[in-house]
Amino acid sequence: MSEHKNSGRHKTLEDFRQQIDACVKCGACQAQCAVYKSLKRESTVARGKVAIADALLDKQTPVDERFVLDMSQCLLCGSCHDKCPNLVPTDEIVMAARREIAARQGLSTFGKALTGVIKRPKLMNLLAKSGGRLEKLIFRKVPEHSGLRLRFPVPFIARDRYLPEITPKPFRERVPEYIPARSDNDSKPLSAFFTGCMINFTYPQIGEALVKIFRFLDLPLWIPAEQGCCGLPAHAAGDAATVDQLADANVSAFGARKVDTVITACASCNAGIGKHYRAMGDECAELGDQVEDVLVFLVRQGLVEKLRSLPRTESTTRVTYHDPCHLRTQGITAEPRALLKATPGVEFVEMEGADRCCGLGGTFSVYHYDTSRSIGARKADGIKSSAAELVASACPGCIMQLQDSINHAGLKQHACHVLELIARTLPAQENE
Amino acid sequence: MLDPRVIRTLEEIVGKENITTHPTDMLCYSYDATQQSFLPDVVIFPADTQQISLIMKLANVEDVPVYPRGAGSGFTGGSLPISGGIVLVTSRIDRILEIDEENLVARVQPGVVTEQFQQAVEKLGLFYPPDPASLKFSTLGGNAAECAGGPRCVKYGVTKDYIMGLEVVTPQGDIIRTGGATMKGVVGYDLTKLMVGSEGTLGIMTELIIKLLPLPEAKKTMLIMFDSIDGAAQAVSAIIRGKIIPTTLEFMDAATIECVRKATDLDVPATAKAVLIVEVDGEAQMLDRHTARISEIVKPLGVVETRIAETPAQSEELWKVRRSVSASLRNVNPDKFNEDICVPRSKVPDMIRRVDEISQRYTIPIVNFGHAGDGNIHVNIMVDRKKEGELEKAEDAIKEVFAAALELGGTMSGEHGVGNTKAPYIPMELDPAAVAYMQTIKNALDPKNILNPGKILLEQPIELA
Repeated sequence: MSEHKNSGRHKTLEDFRQQIDACVKCGACQAQCAVYKSLKRESTVARGKVAIADALLDKQTPVDERFVLDMSQCLLCGSCHDKCPNLVPTDEIVMAARREIAARQGLSTFGKALTGVIKRPKLMNLLAKSGGRLEKLIFRKVPEHSGLRLRFPVPFIARDRYLPEITPKPFRERVPEYIPARSDNDSKPLSAFFTGCMINFTYPQIGEALVKIFRFLDLPLWIPAEQGCCGLPAHAAGDAATVDQLADANVSAFGARKVDTVITACASCNAGIGKHYRAMGDECAELGDQVEDVLVFLVRQGLVEKLRSLPRTESTTRVTYHDPCHLRTQGITAEPRALLKATPGVEFVEMEGADRCCGLGGTFSVYHYDTSRSIGARKADGIKSSAAELVASACPGCIMQLQDSINHAGLKQHACHVLELIARTLPAQENE
Repeated sequence: MLDPRVIRTLEEIVGKENITTHPTDMLCYSYDATQQSFLPDVVIFPADTQQISLIMKLANVEDVPVYPRGAGSGFTGGSLPISGGIVLVTSRIDRILEIDEENLVARVQPGVVTEQFQQAVEKLGLFYPPDPASLKFSTLGGNAAECAGGPRCVKYGVTKDYIMGLEVVTPQGDIIRTGGATMKGVVGYDLTKLMVGSEGTLGIMTELIIKLLPLPEAKKTMLIMFDSIDGAAQAVSAIIRGKIIPTTLEFMDAATIECVRKATDLDVPATAKAVLIVEVDGEAQMLDRHTARISEIVKPLGVVETRIAETPAQSEELWKVRRSVSASLRNVNPDKFNEDICVPRSKVPDMIRRVDEISQRYTIPIVNFGHAGDGNIHVNIMVDRKKEGELEKAEDAIKEVFAAALELGGTMSGEHGVGNTKAPYIPMELDPAAVAYMQTIKNALDPKNILNPGKILLEQPIELA
């Protein structure tokens, strides 16, 4: 039934017919969906969306404004899929529905402007350099918490601002494209780093922390210059053509060298070039198969043991961890915690609701900021009662949203990446 | 179609943003976990008791049916708008009003999700035991309306054992209070017990007074594999006879084990034909004695292997076996009828044998698991709706399963309720005089049959002489 012409690499809603039929309306998704918990309407929860998608397939409902709104009320976090007794992939069904909408109605329904900007990194570079106009559009200013600099024994905040502003000098311009191992040994496994847009443009310090950790481990790192956006925002916007274009560019950029692993330090990008590329088949799937979250990679490289052998600091900071949905739904929950617990100066505490979505959902927070904020407010409750001073996570998107939620709740905590906490404790290496 | 005038009046009661007639919403409130679908005319989200009272009064004047709905996760159609009308959702009435640590009592609104309530009381070292499988999403109002059970009921009883009192909006819109927060109370009929399990046919609960227990200090889980179903069933009786009441006594038959084995990498030896998951709770130092005693009791009954969890993580591993059952059933057939018959504990092996015989005769796979400790077996009749004749065959098989349970002195529903799906079978279990007694109550309280018509009792009320 789909009138959508695409490369054939993306499933149509019709392709999901069997999975849609597999939904038995048991209601278990109500326990997982952050949007539902905030709005408490059936049309926002997975079984409701599946029922609506089913009605569209059976021509019982039109693609109208209401349909667009219903399909926009999804964080694409995949939590419902993960916990569904019949494993109905509602996140993918929603994306297919959005492609259907985009094909039928033109892109303007799903954040055309944002997609247009993100698909061309050069333009974004230019925007970033020309005074951060985009920043005002997308990001909310986060006040600086200078008091935290004193609290953390290793100078965590240092002199750089921890704000999601668009940096005048993107990460990939700060570091060489290839960083050899210290010991100059060719037999070491080579990793390619997929930075993603947020690390490149707004959180370069996360990328720099990663580089420092690689130096410490004496591992080579390749950061392909020609890489771009993973395509997840375009996916979420139902823009299959842009996804294809971005994926092809990344396949070509990462195809230039043979590597052992493609690492990500952004959970969303991990899904973007991992899970979603695998579903696209062929060369995209080959790239997708190589993708691994950096924290999982570091645990495999024995970093936990190496951190444990570092000298302990006298004072410690209470740190809690937020599970990004795109890692949690892959079962990646132990590695970040293991690393944090092993890091000198960190006293790890669990918070209530660590596994609950932060409420960002990419562009969801742009279109549904009120809902996004109310989901974030629940998160802030957990952060507050944990009495942690820092909230670590493994996704720049979550970090931005967590900071926003913390600020709105009038709390003093600071959100950061696990990599940053590790990097600050590492001794300086030669050639740095 | 509802008169637009009625919709406007409803709007005035709850406010424009808390009512919808959009076709998409009608679709989304047409279903529950039974896979039936009935479109309502309007869905309404009242904020409090007063609004519900006004809605019921209006519905009586206008002769429009009202269907209370919690999470819409019922297994017998209890919340479905089978004749159209108003679906009344309790999702906005969802506050925990009070947790009284001195009297071990809580006051809650019906829309509170059961797990959230449990977590709130457990933080204070208190305990609300009923644990239906849906507890992460079903509501306390829904649990009380259906008198939900769960694995822990073998030791702690079911929802009705914890509801001390209620605020109720009657079918005609009056607001009454039943029971109270005292441990004792014998003034008047026990309307609380009448309301709990009445499936929203006799009133809408708007506040619940709930009894709490001290939270047990610790628990310990063991998984025991038997070489025969009889061994497992005898073990259940033997454990109880041995004066140990475990918190849970969950049971899985050979067909269930086979499903789980195929669907996961769980390590259960081929010689295991039945599995019991036993959990004991109480003071930490008692638990080792209890598990040792249980191991000793079951020893002569054909035990293949016993695993005892020493850590919470190990306990979680054992429970995973039980939790993976539901999803693994799909490998047998895509659709299931999950019936929850209950027989006296000692009759569990007879019941399983009967079910096996029915399964063979109808050539329909039937998988049994559930709460052996209280004789409540989930009989899963696995069918493929798309295959011709399968549904009819399944219906006949279900009827025979009910008949077998009744012959063994049991009931056709231990915890899911009657709703509309089992209403036609009521005469199999209840004698005509008992049905007439119930119908008399319903007729007296709801003369126009406004509140949740067609549930428990058939849609066309039985004419009473």
